[in-house]
Amino acid sequence: MKETQTIETSKTSSAKTERICGSEAIIKCLIAEGVDLLYGYPGGAIMPVYDELYKYRDQIHHVLTRHEQGAAHAAQGFARISGRVGVAMATSGPGATNLITGIADAQIDSTPMVCITGQVFSNLLGTDAFQETDIIGISTPVTKWNHQVTKASEIPEVLAKAFYIAKSGRPGPVLIDITKDAQFGEIDFKYEKCTGIRSYIPTPKMNIESVKAAAELINVAKKPMIVWGQGVILGKAEEELKAVIEKAGIPAAWTIMGASAIPTSHPLNIGMVGMHGNYAPNKLTNECDVLIAIGMRFDDRVTGSLDTYAKQAKVIHFEIDPSEINKNVHADVAVLGNSKDSLTALIPLLNENSHEAWHQKFKDLYATEFEKVIKNDLHPTKEGLTMGEVLKEINIQSEGNAAIVSDVGQHQMIACRYSEFNKTKSNITSGGLGTMGFALPAAIGAKMAAPEREVVAIIGDGGFQMNIQELGTIFQQKVPVKIVVLNNEFLGMVRQWQQLFFDKRYASTEMTNPNFVAIVEGYHIEAKRVTKREELADAVKEMIASKESYFLEVCVEKEGNVFPMIPAGSSVSEIRLS
Amino acid sequence: MNEEIKTFTISIYTENNIGLLNRISAIFQRRHINIESLTTSQSEIESVNRFVIVVNITEAQAKKIVGQFQKQIEVIRVYYHTDEETIYQESGMFKIKSDLLFNEPQIQNIIKESNARIVTVNKEFFVLEKSGRRNEIESLRRDLNIFGIMQFVRSGRISVTKEEMKITEMLSAFNNQ
Repeated sequence: MKETQTIETSKTSSAKTERICGSEAIIKCLIAEGVDLLYGYPGGAIMPVYDELYKYRDQIHHVLTRHEQGAAHAAQGFARISGRVGVAMATSGPGATNLITGIADAQIDSTPMVCITGQVFSNLLGTDAFQETDIIGISTPVTKWNHQVTKASEIPEVLAKAFYIAKSGRPGPVLIDITKDAQFGEIDFKYEKCTGIRSYIPTPKMNIESVKAAAELINVAKKPMIVWGQGVILGKAEEELKAVIEKAGIPAAWTIMGASAIPTSHPLNIGMVGMHGNYAPNKLTNECDVLIAIGMRFDDRVTGSLDTYAKQAKVIHFEIDPSEINKNVHADVAVLGNSKDSLTALIPLLNENSHEAWHQKFKDLYATEFEKVIKNDLHPTKEGLTMGEVLKEINIQSEGNAAIVSDVGQHQMIACRYSEFNKTKSNITSGGLGTMGFALPAAIGAKMAAPEREVVAIIGDGGFQMNIQELGTIFQQKVPVKIVVLNNEFLGMVRQWQQLFFDKRYASTEMTNPNFVAIVEGYHIEAKRVTKREELADAVKEMIASKESYFLEVCVEKEGNVFPMIPAGSSVSEIRLS
Repeated sequence: MNEEIKTFTISIYTENNIGLLNRISAIFQRRHINIESLTTSQSEIESVNRFVIVVNITEAQAKKIVGQFQKQIEVIRVYYHTDEETIYQESGMFKIKSDLLFNEPQIQNIIKESNARIVTVNKEFFVLEKSGRRNEIESLRRDLNIFGIMQFVRSGRISVTKEEMKITEMLSAFNNQ
């Protein structure tokens, strides 16, 4: 406690300093930034920091993952559910390079994360020393910022900048590489939080004229449609978005990164856009007269072919990152700034409206999708369990209150399509990078950041085996996370593409799987396998009721496909139902 | 037209930090854009560096890439300009055998007409320096090549813009916050 108080007082510039070593300074910086949980893996070049972590273990809990990639994804899961900065730590060389996939994932999905890596002594830099790698060079294209520290005296200022950069503006990952001599070196420690950097404008100033122009377009629109993304969640603008859609009566769809910002049950929530999104919002993207994009970046998986994307519509783009404006889709009106500020300014300028006839079009197309796709996914009558019915049971048993952490592939699309969300920050998935192996470690981070929430990981049999070692972390830390593996004995999404576009040549997509239940039981985690429809409801009920970590393998139909589908490079209006 | 490939000079004002060159060149590399020339030096402001980068791209590409530079933390401000909007030149150096200077009287004429400067002369070689547009330096190189050039090197483009770039104002606005 005494240490914390020192840090509290040290926020004023007149604070007294104390003489400590660099590695202790790192821990004190983390504590000053409110970090009480971090994920990592020790090794030679980071050992001084681990030695200090041992001394401060009553204030800061280090979770030993089984692989550095697991640490990075766990930090991401922590950040995504809590909105706080996730922290991961690793040693030099392979420890650092193993973080890279998680860092790249955090970069493309705008997740606030600080990674600290140890580095060889500064006099050994560039000598091909043991476990030396140029992690600054390697991480540059996938970090919002990175920096190498070679002197202990730089540590407080650099870490203060790291946290500020990671969480401000459009968030992202920051990597700080610290040489071993900097960890050993002594400094007069004092910590001041970073409040600004002269070359960095985190949030562009909102221009009220552009908000007015947006309101004018919306007010005269006959067929307006909103597509929101994660920018709404990152900007904490969920209530403002709800107010906008309710006042102006605008049907609103989401990207997978935006899922859960508005409850699934909201009548104006018209579902998901994109390659496996809902039929109505995809089709009607090419019929709306004003397309209002809020905190989203027109990813190719959302737009399909850009040449035929919403060409008839005026486009309004609410966005915090100026480089996203006109990057993929031309914006007739661009509103720069934080989504909360921009939507707050927009609400009073909107006319009340209901657009009933327009809304009916979405309902009609939903009915078509229900008949052709949803009914068979959620209420199947033929043999073979569907992924959709598993999600339906999870919705029922968790009453829509679970945070769903999905991996990548068919099950991910099914999870995003069919999960019912009551609360924001409930859909944690690897969106931009599509990282298989994300879900198991991310679920650990999510559950530890929000122990009060039910966290259910939905994983395919392929992705489960990409970071299966993190079962060890779950067991050691007793993380009461629920793990559902939807096993179709295939890399299902690739198999689906092979079926549809490669004449069923199933090249290297069939999996001969081990006994998952036995493996999980080897980690002393309760595990169950379900193969029949009549067993499913009880098994899911038992899983959700469990107070401890629980594993449920569901053997689903082997060659099920995810529809609707916009074939890559096709127009959103060419969306297929079968 | 946005689709026409033109020569653009991109000016990037930055903090002077290790690794920034890598960050900037990675943005070109990722988009498969070739850098025609790259020069970095201190700018008119103490502690602020300036990159001058020449690329042949469309204006639409230029706008997007400038957005990518601008969002790098240590980049203060980025501009792009066409040739007409800048005053620019390059510099070339030629190392030539000294006896040619006395045995080939035409060389003296070439030097005179090209407005090249003799940097140094010794018994074995002399060094010429020529600043100007690319075509002037290239034309001198062709003329001298007939007699033999021991070494030749040409710098990247350096340029100043006709319009004002208000970096000082931006930085003092930050300091006054």
